[in-house]
Amino acid sequence: MANAAKFELTDDSVVVIVGTGAGGGVLANELAQKGVKVVALEAGGRYLPEDYINDEWESFGQLAWTDPRTTSGDWRVARDFSGLPAWIVKAVGGTTTHWAGASIRFQDHEWKALTTYGAVEGANLLDWPIDGVEMAPWYQMAEAKLGVTRTGDFPGLPGSNNFKVFDAGAKALGYKEVHTGRMAINSIENDDRPACQQTGFCFQGCKWGAKWSAAYTDIPRGEATGNLEVRDHAHVARILHNDQGRVTGVEYFDKDGNLQFQAARIVAVAGNSFESPRLLLNSASSMFPDGLANSSGQVGRNYMRHTTGSIYATFEKPVRMWRGTTMAGIIQDEARHDPSRGFVGGYELETLSLGLPFMAAFLDPGSWGREFTTALDAYENMAGMWIVGEDMPQETNRVTLSDTVDKFGLKVADVHFSDHPNDIAMRNHAYDRGQAIYKAVGATRTLPTPPYPSTHNLGTNRMSERPEDGVVNRWGQSHDVPNLFVSDGSQFTTGGAENPTLTIVALAIRQADHIAKELSAGAI
Amino acid sequence: MSQLKGKGLTRRALLSRAMAAGTLAVAGAGFIAAPDAAWAVEVSAISEHEMATLLQMARDIYPHDRVGDRFYAIAIKGYDTPEQKAMVAEGIAALDAAAQAAGHGNYLGVGWEADRVAILRGIEDSDFFQTVRGGLVTGLYNQKEVWPIFGYEGESFSQGGYIDRGFDDIDWL
Repeated sequence: MANAAKFELTDDSVVVIVGTGAGGGVLANELAQKGVKVVALEAGGRYLPEDYINDEWESFGQLAWTDPRTTSGDWRVARDFSGLPAWIVKAVGGTTTHWAGASIRFQDHEWKALTTYGAVEGANLLDWPIDGVEMAPWYQMAEAKLGVTRTGDFPGLPGSNNFKVFDAGAKALGYKEVHTGRMAINSIENDDRPACQQTGFCFQGCKWGAKWSAAYTDIPRGEATGNLEVRDHAHVARILHNDQGRVTGVEYFDKDGNLQFQAARIVAVAGNSFESPRLLLNSASSMFPDGLANSSGQVGRNYMRHTTGSIYATFEKPVRMWRGTTMAGIIQDEARHDPSRGFVGGYELETLSLGLPFMAAFLDPGSWGREFTTALDAYENMAGMWIVGEDMPQETNRVTLSDTVDKFGLKVADVHFSDHPNDIAMRNHAYDRGQAIYKAVGATRTLPTPPYPSTHNLGTNRMSERPEDGVVNRWGQSHDVPNLFVSDGSQFTTGGAENPTLTIVALAIRQADHIAKELSAGAI
Repeated sequence: MSQLKGKGLTRRALLSRAMAAGTLAVAGAGFIAAPDAAWAVEVSAISEHEMATLLQMARDIYPHDRVGDRFYAIAIKGYDTPEQKAMVAEGIAALDAAAQAAGHGNYLGVGWEADRVAILRGIEDSDFFQTVRGGLVTGLYNQKEVWPIFGYEGESFSQGGYIDRGFDDIDWL
C-alpha cells in the first residue's frame, strides 16, 4: 500500500473496476502492471491472512455478503435460506478469499454447448464466441499466476484421509481420472507464499496464504505499481452515461455513507453474477430504460449455479475429513459429455468437508430428530464429496430488481432459480455414483445432501457473438456501450462442469491485454 | 425428564419427581438445575416450567445421547428475556395443549421420546417450533465445548495444521 496511487474523483482518464475478486482484482493488477491507471471500488473491507478466523460462523460474519437479497423459484435454497441465495464474500479480494482452490480448464466441447449438445428444450443454450484454442495461452498464464498444482512444475498435493476414502472407492468402481486435484494451493513454497500445512478452513481464508487469493497477491502488487487505487467500503450505486451512450463514471457510497461520483474512461463491472446485473439494472435511464447494456433483454437472465449437491457417508471407523484441505481430490471420469447417461454435459466429483457447525446447518436444512442427529453423531467417521456439474441456462432463471431495498435505498437482487430436468437427471446420476463410491469402501450410511447456497454464480451478463443473444462480446465488452466491460463470472455463456475461478482469471488476464491495447490505440 | 410421569406439574412436583428420578434437570425457585447441582440456569422472565419444557423440547428436536443437558440449557437460555416471554408462554402453552390432546398431562409428562416427537411433528410448522429449531442449529452446534463430543477438533492453525498431525493417518482402508 506504500506506493498506492490516489486519483481524483474528477480524473476521467482512469479505468474504474467495480469489485476486486477473481475477475476485478486480477483485471486491476494486470492493467496496473501495464501502466493503466485504475480505481477499484470494493463494497467490503480489507482482510489479510492474519485477520482470517478459523471458526465457521465467526468467519462467515466477517467475510460473507449478508446484505439483503431475495429469492424465488422452486430451488430448496429459496425455502431454507431465503435471504442467502449465495455464499460469497464481501471483501477486498472477493470470493478468492473463500474459494477452495480447484483450478481446472473448460473442456474444449464445453465452449460450444449448443453445437455439441444440440438444442435442449427449455434451455437457452448458446456457443461461446471463443474456444479452447484461443483460451489455451490465457489459461497457461492463469495457472502460472495461481501456482496450480499438477501444472507446470508444481507437484500435486498429498492425499488426506478424506481423499483416501474417496480414492479407494473411486478405484473400486473403476474410475481412472482420480487425483488430488489441480489446486491453486501451494504444494511447494512459491510466489513468496508457503506450502500448504493441511490446516483445513480453506473456506474461511487461508491463514498461511498458501492458497492463492487476490487479497494478498494481485491487489497489493497492483498497488505497488503506483497505478492502482483500491477504495474499500465503496458501494457502487449506479453507472452514469452521456448523451452519446458512453459511460462517464460511477456513483458510489463511500465508507462514511456519502454519495460520490468517480469519473472514468472505462467502467468494468465485476461484482459477481448477482451484483453485476443488479448494478446494470439499477443504472436504467431514459436512454436505457431496461437497464444499461440491456438492448438484448438478457441482463440478469440465464443465471447458472452449477448442478451441485453433496454426498456424505459414515463408516465404521474414523475418517476425520476436516483435517487438511477442504477440497482434497477429484474424479473427472464423469465430466465427459455422454448423453447415454440421460443428460447432456457432465460433472466433476470433488471431496469436500464441513466443520461440525456448518454440517449441522447444511446437511439437511430444516431436518430434525434422530434421523438427522444420528448422522451428526457419526461426524468423526464421515467422508464427503461435492458435485459440480454443468447446469442448463434458462431465460427464466434470472436476477431482477426486488422491491426490497438495502441500507442505501437501492433495490436489491431477487434471485429466481428452478432446476431444469437435465439438472435433476444429472444430480440424481451423481448421487447414485457418489453413494456407490462410498459403499464400495464400506459406508454404513450415505447421505445425499441438497445444494448449499451458491458459490458458483454465473451467466447473468452472458457473452455472445451476436448482440441480440447476450450482453457482452468476446472481450467481455458491452455490445451496446463500448467503454463498459463485464469482468466476472456473469459473462459466462455456459457454465461447463468446472469450478469457474480459473476461467474467470484467464478471461480477466485476456481482457486486460485487450483493454490496454485498445487504450494505447485510442480505440476506446 | 423423560422419566417423569403425571400431569399439571408444579414447580415442586417437577423438583421432587426429578429428584426421585435422579436424572436430568430440576426446577427450583427461579432456576432449573441438574440434580447434582453440576449446572444451573437461572430464569427471570419466563417460568421454570417453560424453561424445563424448552430444554426437553430442545433435546427432542436434536437428540444427542452423549450431549449433556447443560449444553442444551445454554442453547435455549436466550429465550429467558422480557422480549421473548410472550412468544415462549404462547408456544409452551400450545405444546402442553397438544400433549393434553394426546392424552398426557403436559409435554414434560410424556415418557417416551417417540410420543413427544409425534406431538412436535404436529406443531413443526409453527413459528414457535421453527424459531426454537433454527436457534438450536447455532445455539447448540456452535458451542466449542460440544465439538469434542463429536470428535471435531476446531481450528488447527495455532498448532501448525495437520501436516504433521494426522491429516493422512487413516489406517483401515
